[in-house]
Amino acid sequence: MFSFCVDPASLDSMAWMACYLTTGKHMAIYTSLFTVLLLLAITAPTALVFGFLGASSARSDFAPLSWVGKAYIAIVRGVPDIAFFLFFVIALDQFFEWIRHEIKCPDWEADIWQGNDFVVCDIAKLPLGNSPQWMHETYGFLLAVLTFAIVFGAFAANVLYGAMRAVPHNQLETAESYGMTRSQVFWRILVPQMWVFALPGLSNLWMVLIKATPLLFLLGVEDIVYWARELGGAKTARFTDYPHGDWRMWYFLALLVFYLLFTRISEIALDKLMIRLTHGQATLGGEAQRKTA
Amino acid sequence: MKSILLGTAALAITATVAFAGSHSVVRMGTEGAYPPYNFINDAGEVDGFERELGDELCARAELTCEWVTNEWDSIIPNLVSGNYDTIIAGMSITDERDEVIDFTQNYTQPDPSSYLALDGAEVDFDGGVIAAQANTIQAAFIASSGATLVEFATPDETIAAVRNGEADAVLADDAYLRPIAEENADLALLDKQELIGGGVGMGVRESDSELKDKFNAAIQSMKDDGTLNALLAKWEIGPGF
Repeated sequence: MFSFCVDPASLDSMAWMACYLTTGKHMAIYTSLFTVLLLLAITAPTALVFGFLGASSARSDFAPLSWVGKAYIAIVRGVPDIAFFLFFVIALDQFFEWIRHEIKCPDWEADIWQGNDFVVCDIAKLPLGNSPQWMHETYGFLLAVLTFAIVFGAFAANVLYGAMRAVPHNQLETAESYGMTRSQVFWRILVPQMWVFALPGLSNLWMVLIKATPLLFLLGVEDIVYWARELGGAKTARFTDYPHGDWRMWYFLALLVFYLLFTRISEIALDKLMIRLTHGQATLGGEAQRKTA
Repeated sequence: MKSILLGTAALAITATVAFAGSHSVVRMGTEGAYPPYNFINDAGEVDGFERELGDELCARAELTCEWVTNEWDSIIPNLVSGNYDTIIAGMSITDERDEVIDFTQNYTQPDPSSYLALDGAEVDFDGGVIAAQANTIQAAFIASSGATLVEFATPDETIAAVRNGEADAVLADDAYLRPIAEENADLALLDKQELIGGGVGMGVRESDSELKDKFNAAIQSMKDDGTLNALLAKWEIGPGF
């Protein structure tokens, strides 16, 4: 990257390090850092939506809808994450391709399953076999977001379900006696008050989600932990201009600092949010705030 | 008669075009962690013997190829589910793998596998602890010998295991271990070698015999004109053909 990087073997340690840390390979770990942050930024709200839908359908009076919500929560929470990630993503990908295959190639006669091979017609491939690599990566990334959202959505649904039940029932009865409809009670009384009960559980989920991102590698997305292992491994001078010994410890140390900083910042932000949500609530925290004010 | 001939010719041409369209881009799956066969270079691109070989094969078969990396453990499942079209990752041809996927003809001779251990260490091949990468011919070989096998997901971790004493020695392809032994004074190759495997070939889906034929022809032409031997010598991978 720098102009003095032409002959790394002749550099002193500071300049060598500057060149080493800016190789194309290191750019990949910096990019993967943004991939992880982007994943968190998209997954967290999506999972919350999944959770909200799951929780509101689980407490629905319409029995089939309630079964769907409860089944979603029970099944996804019960299956180990790693099994879910290994099985579900391949299944989801093949399911999408199978649907496209049925629509686009109705004349196809050969089997979709040929021995071990999963073969759909070429225009049904997702993404198309001839699309550029970035499209394959984006597709993989979106599958990852969807899988994370489904998994964490189930946990969020359980948290929100509990939070909805924690809102004092007499508040809802009062609202009904004022003549509010069921949906008015839900949106005006229940939802605004439930967040304060949900936040401790949701903040736990957020912490777990931050640390779950290395699971990305199972989905073929190269995340920071993959690159830390790859870059930290010992390198011989025949295959690189920057030979070094086993440096994985330093790379993982950097990851440790990154994750600790990230979770600490999250804690501070969540504490601030808690103070805001508690404001004016009929809880112990809200009462304490009222007294000091 | 003439119209039948013409019709057949037209059909053949459209079939070829359709096929060429289907494989307008051939995605080459590799591991990127096994120099000199394949590795990620400083610029962050796939490099090594198989990169040069693969690019030349694609040029000869008139295919547009794109390189994809995938971890070793799931490299076969991702091929059969269609995420890429070939495996070109130093994969030895074995009967077990051949039941799941197809191989092209081999493009390296069976490369002797060597043991790497701490310099001056005495290794007990019958009762000691030997490291190998998971799902490799070397791992299968150790498992069937008397020694205790410890497996790792990446080749790099097997070397680290020898350094920190977790394993007495590591068994891997000679071409992979030799540069490591040469550059590290604390590590040395043992005299004992094992001849296992049937050479390295490209893996393709069993249903993809047309692609296999194209690569077979390209490999044969490189064997015939000696360019393959030149590549093998350049990257110091075993004997030539």
